[in-house]
Amino acid sequence: MTIQKSALSSMSTSIQPPATFQCVVLGHGGGGQLTDVLINQLVLPRLGNPALTDLLDSGMLDDGRLALTIDSYVVQPLFFPGGDIGRLAVSGTVNDLAVSGAVPMGLALSMILAEGLPRQILERVLDSAAATAAEAGVRVITGDTKVVGRGQADGIYLTTAGVGKMEPSPQPHPARVQPGDILIINGPIGEHGLAVMLAREMPEVQSVLRSDAAPLNGLIGQLRTCVPGVVFMRDPTRGGLAGVAADLAARTGYRIILEEMQIPIRPEARHAADMLGLDPLDIANEGKVLMAVRPAEAQAALNLIQSHPLGHQAAIIGHVSTEIDGLCVLRTEIGGQRIVQKPYGEQLPRIC
Amino acid sequence: MCLAVPAKLITHNGLEGVVDLHGNRLPVNIMLTPDAQPGDWLLIHAGFAIEKLDPKQAGETWALLRDVAQAAANSPAGSEADASAHSSTGKGDRR
Amino acid sequence: MNIGARPSEELLRALHASAADIGRSIAFMEVCGTHTTSAFRCGLHSVMPKNVRLISGPGCPVCVTAQADIDELIDLGSRREITLCTYGDMLRVPGKHGSLEKARGDGANIEVVYSSLDAVRMAQTHPDRQVVFAAVGFETTAPATAAAICAAQELGLDNFTVLASHKLILPAMRALLSAADRPMIDGFLCPGHVSVIIGSDAYRCIVEEFNTPCVIGGFEPGLLLSSLLCLTEMIAAGRVALVNQYPQAVRPTGNAHAQALLQKVFETGNAHWRGLGLIPQSGLFLRQGYARFNAAQRFSLKPVEDREPAGCICGRIISGLALPPECKLFGRACTPVQPIGPCMVSSEGTCAAWFKYGPHRAESHGVAPAQQLQEVLP
Repeated sequence: MTIQKSALSSMSTSIQPPATFQCVVLGHGGGGQLTDVLINQLVLPRLGNPALTDLLDSGMLDDGRLALTIDSYVVQPLFFPGGDIGRLAVSGTVNDLAVSGAVPMGLALSMILAEGLPRQILERVLDSAAATAAEAGVRVITGDTKVVGRGQADGIYLTTAGVGKMEPSPQPHPARVQPGDILIINGPIGEHGLAVMLAREMPEVQSVLRSDAAPLNGLIGQLRTCVPGVVFMRDPTRGGLAGVAADLAARTGYRIILEEMQIPIRPEARHAADMLGLDPLDIANEGKVLMAVRPAEAQAALNLIQSHPLGHQAAIIGHVSTEIDGLCVLRTEIGGQRIVQKPYGEQLPRIC
Repeated sequence: MCLAVPAKLITHNGLEGVVDLHGNRLPVNIMLTPDAQPGDWLLIHAGFAIEKLDPKQAGETWALLRDVAQAAANSPAGSEADASAHSSTGKGDRR
Repeated sequence: MNIGARPSEELLRALHASAADIGRSIAFMEVCGTHTTSAFRCGLHSVMPKNVRLISGPGCPVCVTAQADIDELIDLGSRREITLCTYGDMLRVPGKHGSLEKARGDGANIEVVYSSLDAVRMAQTHPDRQVVFAAVGFETTAPATAAAICAAQELGLDNFTVLASHKLILPAMRALLSAADRPMIDGFLCPGHVSVIIGSDAYRCIVEEFNTPCVIGGFEPGLLLSSLLCLTEMIAAGRVALVNQYPQAVRPTGNAHAQALLQKVFETGNAHWRGLGLIPQSGLFLRQGYARFNAAQRFSLKPVEDREPAGCICGRIISGLALPPECKLFGRACTPVQPIGPCMVSSEGTCAAWFKYGPHRAESHGVAPAQQLQEVLP
């Protein structure tokens, strides 16, 4: 019944299958293990360099004084409960800067529009992007517009790049994580992914679930000022909490322990995930940050986050253990343990 | 082999019903439970109600009862019940 | 409301006590992929008594679908005139030439649906397309297919067909117990939602003919534990019985409406199961009166040779004869990113569950079970 050590180690870190692929499939964009395959096989061999190979949320420039990030948004539908592609494009890029320890300085916004797109839709998306940028206190300082023929793109694709100024305090980084560090998340998980999936796949479902898409730079800025012991931050977007936690374990080499009963999730989200056959840990968030905090400062961090509007339901959900195996282990409701891995690719509703 | 979740029937019109699954309202076909009435708890699989749940039978198990109790506490279903939001991934009947 | 349930710590303690009474190694088989996933998701295996194993039987519809049926599906889905509607579960199952996911990447029209009726609606709104519904699943799912066919008939749709490979669980359980290399099974954890349709009485034959205890159980961790406790208590007491631990959903005779619908649309016939081979009267096939909804007939599909991938032991795994790590391909050539056998694809497949939630025995975590139990027990 015991598993050979070799099988164990092959499971612990990112998988290097013999997989080559002839055509890109949707799962290659899912932010999971399939995305890793694409990046490791095609991107890194050609474009890899010390700055890129870290594969963190932002790259560093000017001896670590500036952070640069970029993200494309192709969400369907363009409008969904709790947000839209414009809000997503601004908050996603702002968050990638913020979790890297940078103060967002300015954004670049590139639009690819499909011929025939109604003006009103573009207005709504841009209004929302503007409102979100104001909320984040950041301006769009440059941009680009392209139009492609009808059928060549699905409505609107947005790309936002962002530049941020690194704060003088040490950068949050997996390398700073130590055994004993406490893991905190700023609220209930899974809502963005579920809201979008329900809107796209099951539009007939009326749900109270709303995307959590929000710029987190305010919350993170306060936290960084008041709690120097925040040593790691990452936004659990595609790939969910599972993806970020498993990645943290693999990068640090320590075992990460998550406590299932402490992970906040609304019943509405849990039941929707059950209905769709999805694991809430795998589902995308757009207004959440997972952070590792030195144990002595964990309570102060939690209090501060909970006093922020985007962190009322923050919780301590686990810790970094002393064991060195690079696994993320979830302690479950019945006291059992299981390994948490990065999801593979596309999240699919299932019935079986 | 088969995911099924309990949900409460809200309305129905012939074989087309609408159930509430903790704030998620979805259409279901009730042809396999033709005598289902609004208020009944149904087991939903792939868009079909496959059985009426019998609360009287639930004695030794708590999954259904917890749902019923929770729903009673959080009326009306579909409201954003913030008090119950701090649940966890581990709780509740899974499938 | 008074909830007369025992908390999971208490159930777990009772399970360990009962297992200790038995004094030998025993194995239970779950024949429901959702039980498999549920057990892994709650880390059940890591807290099980050392002498009690829970092995996974042929309970995942994707995993038991014969390779030939999967090849047929992918072939059909790749045809230009066809829109293939499938449950998400089937998308990544590998055939001889890739999967539906890959076919979609190559331009095939593959739609993931949540309900069979979504496929009917697709046919209604796309009269210029031939819509084929990939109908897999056991008794729980088959009524939805039957309902879709009846709906298509009522609507007079001539562009809707199904490629059905529905299977029945009882013939598979009997086949396992009758096989020459019968796996050691001391009791069955019977599938809760199949039982909703077929009723608890259906398992009497297993109890009586094969002298094997059967417990019908729910899926929540506490319900899983109480079903296992029920099985170990039976073994400890030397009792063989059928116990329905999911009575709120499962009636003795099942859902008569669903059974009547199945009877109306389908007839039973011999079916190929991956790894188990041909099992008599274990498949559901469209009755002659519904032949025009049969995709195999509409598109004149020729029988494909059934050939399982070299080295893949999915068949032995779903028969309870082997565990995933015993397979040479497991975790090396065969991973969820690049699955070779279907047990690695379906998220409720045994290999995928092992891979995703495994190494699941406490000792493989470097934690002695007793120590771990102390964390659990107050």
